Amino acid sequence: MKSRDTIIELKGITKVFEDDGFKAVDDFNLKVKRGEFVTFLGPSGCGKTTTLRMIAGFDVPTEGDILLNGKSIIGLPPYERPINTVFQRYALFPHMNVYDNIAFGLRQKKIPGDEITRKVGRVLELVDLEGFERRRIQTLSGGQQQRIAIARALVNEPEILLLDEPLGALDLKMRKEMQLELKNMHDKLGITFIYVTHDQEEALTMSDKIVVMSEGRTQQIGTPEDIYNEPANAFVADFIGESNIFNGMMTGHLKARFCGGEFRCVDDFEEGTHITAVVRPEDVEITAPDAGTINGLVDSVIFKGIHYEITVLSGKNEIVIQTVNNARVGDRVGLRVHPENIHIMLAEDHTNLFYADLNPDFRLEYNGHHLDTSLTRIIKGSKRREDGTVIDANGDVLEPGRVRILVSIMPDDIEMTDDQDAGLIQGTISNLIYKGDHYSYIIHTELEQDFVVNDEDLWNMGDRVSLLMPVDKMTFTLKKK
Amino acid sequence: MRFSRKSLGIPYAVFLVIFVAAPLLFLFYYAFTNGQGQFTLQNFTHFFTDPNTLGTLYYSFSIALVTTLVCLLLAYPTAYILATSNLRSQSVILMLFIMPMWINFSLRITALKEILNVIEGNLAMHPFLNAVVGMTYDFMPFMILPIYTTISRLDGALREAAMDLGANTVQTFLRVTLPLSVPGIVSGVSMVFLPAMTNYVVLDMLYNSTYIMGSLIGSYFAAYDWHGGSMISLILLAMICIFTLLTGNEEDAAGGRGGALL
Repeated sequence: MKSRDTIIELKGITKVFEDDGFKAVDDFNLKVKRGEFVTFLGPSGCGKTTTLRMIAGFDVPTEGDILLNGKSIIGLPPYERPINTVFQRYALFPHMNVYDNIAFGLRQKKIPGDEITRKVGRVLELVDLEGFERRRIQTLSGGQQQRIAIARALVNEPEILLLDEPLGALDLKMRKEMQLELKNMHDKLGITFIYVTHDQEEALTMSDKIVVMSEGRTQQIGTPEDIYNEPANAFVADFIGESNIFNGMMTGHLKARFCGGEFRCVDDFEEGTHITAVVRPEDVEITAPDAGTINGLVDSVIFKGIHYEITVLSGKNEIVIQTVNNARVGDRVGLRVHPENIHIMLAEDHTNLFYADLNPDFRLEYNGHHLDTSLTRIIKGSKRREDGTVIDANGDVLEPGRVRILVSIMPDDIEMTDDQDAGLIQGTISNLIYKGDHYSYIIHTELEQDFVVNDEDLWNMGDRVSLLMPVDKMTFTLKKK
Repeated sequence: MRFSRKSLGIPYAVFLVIFVAAPLLFLFYYAFTNGQGQFTLQNFTHFFTDPNTLGTLYYSFSIALVTTLVCLLLAYPTAYILATSNLRSQSVILMLFIMPMWINFSLRITALKEILNVIEGNLAMHPFLNAVVGMTYDFMPFMILPIYTTISRLDGALREAAMDLGANTVQTFLRVTLPLSVPGIVSGVSMVFLPAMTNYVVLDMLYNSTYIMGSLIGSYFAAYDWHGGSMISLILLAMICIFTLLTGNEEDAAGGRGGALL
């Protein structure tokens, strides 16, 4: 393998689509080393494919520069870049057979016929489809078309191979096989791969380096281990693997309060800092009642083969646990997390998050209070039918028991009042800190959920307050169980 | 009474028998009989030996060929630009091209006649040109529409794939877009070429004395020679069938895309 110098560098890439002004990619920076397997990972619409298309040359960045081997390629059309792409739905030419498809790029380069034949044969061997030269594209299975698409790109010996969700159309078993094969091909050929996927497991399996993206922004760049073990923010933690995510506040040196308890941790932030705590389900230990940091009731137990997935409710907080030990629904248990396994990160915006329930009338409820908003407004494309049930954009009926609504509201938008019945929920002030022009409070509620509230006035520790939360300041996200 | 879904097909089946199958049988009957109702191949041999018929065939063929070529040359770039641009007003522009189809045919041709009259002075001076202009004007939408549909249905990723593999814009067009839009071209050609051979109403309305196949059939019928007219119709029908069979294979070869377009 060649030395590990930088092969491609993206500097401050921003892409705004002219027709609708949508900012698909925002200030994207990345260096890729020669021979690396880099994956852009994120949900659909996060800008990963757009970034790939700018590297390929199909889209032109609004701002920023792309350097290939130190030289800008911004002005080069796709056909002059030493980069080839494996397209999402393969994009094989239906009017050509396998041989002509693979030879397309070579013929474009005016390579002599006998050499083309040799190269096509060799690359077909690489993708395990020897002797398929004369086959028509329509006669190939999805998996075979996929291999031909890879062969068609690889035969040109590109400096960089771009793969745009190439396994998306394959079934699970085939996908797993192709993941390993692609990884092997990468190791054997030493070509730089840039891979786009929304499948976190795929990214973790194959990549040397993962770029997690959301809403056009880079959330974290790191090795699969880094990304999994040390997620940079709540988005990454939530997107990669399963996580319990809590809002909280630092309450002292290496001490953090979240999920209704005070936990010891290893990340040091100043006291009073708003934090997001992430705990992986496999890192929560179940203890005897009162022997752990917090207590809760076992809400559900699901057998998953190698482990049980146990959901414990501690007040309103829901904690998902993966363990090899069984538990009984309804048991009162204690929960403990080793300090090493609590990942504390600065809360990005101190947003309060809580789950609202859907009552059988398809109205939103929290703490027994009705939230005055319409479900059809919250869920894009949903409709209320005549019988009162609500269907989503796909026409599926929402089942109240299987749907939860994640509500978020900013600390500035919550107001505290002495009138205990006026607010949505009551609690006691468990923490306060002066922030220069306002106080930041943590309200510990009866449902074991903590709220962060900003207020200009001084309240006292231990004050009982009721929280006023205007519905028009809330944002709602649909979560399916 | 049990009502099955098949019953829904009955009205059309009746229609088919009365207006398609029966006339076709009559056509065959008249084509191979003489005035006394006896079987004869004379109508058939007459078609290929009568210099008048052959001359008209040749002349119609020339008009249809030129009309089709002109339509194709004008329609393809239009359809291509329309289908590949991401203009938001795409459908509006397409409608502008299609709209003439919604305006009464005789009104359109009369308008055209007046315009040509102003330009040429005497319409009788350029019968061939006028025939081609009239037919091109009349049949243009039938060429644009199938080509537009085929090109706009092409996966944009195919063009990108070609560029990705080193083909510039021209090479991409020649090696990918054009071959894949053949089904649309075939559809368009078959919808223009054959009508252009027989649609004599256009010519009549342009005060055109030229004889094409349609007018020939008309003149046989006007003279109560059902047998000669039927044979000409039958031979044209055979030509359509052969053409369709040939192009049907062509469409399969192009990946079975855009088969039944209109």
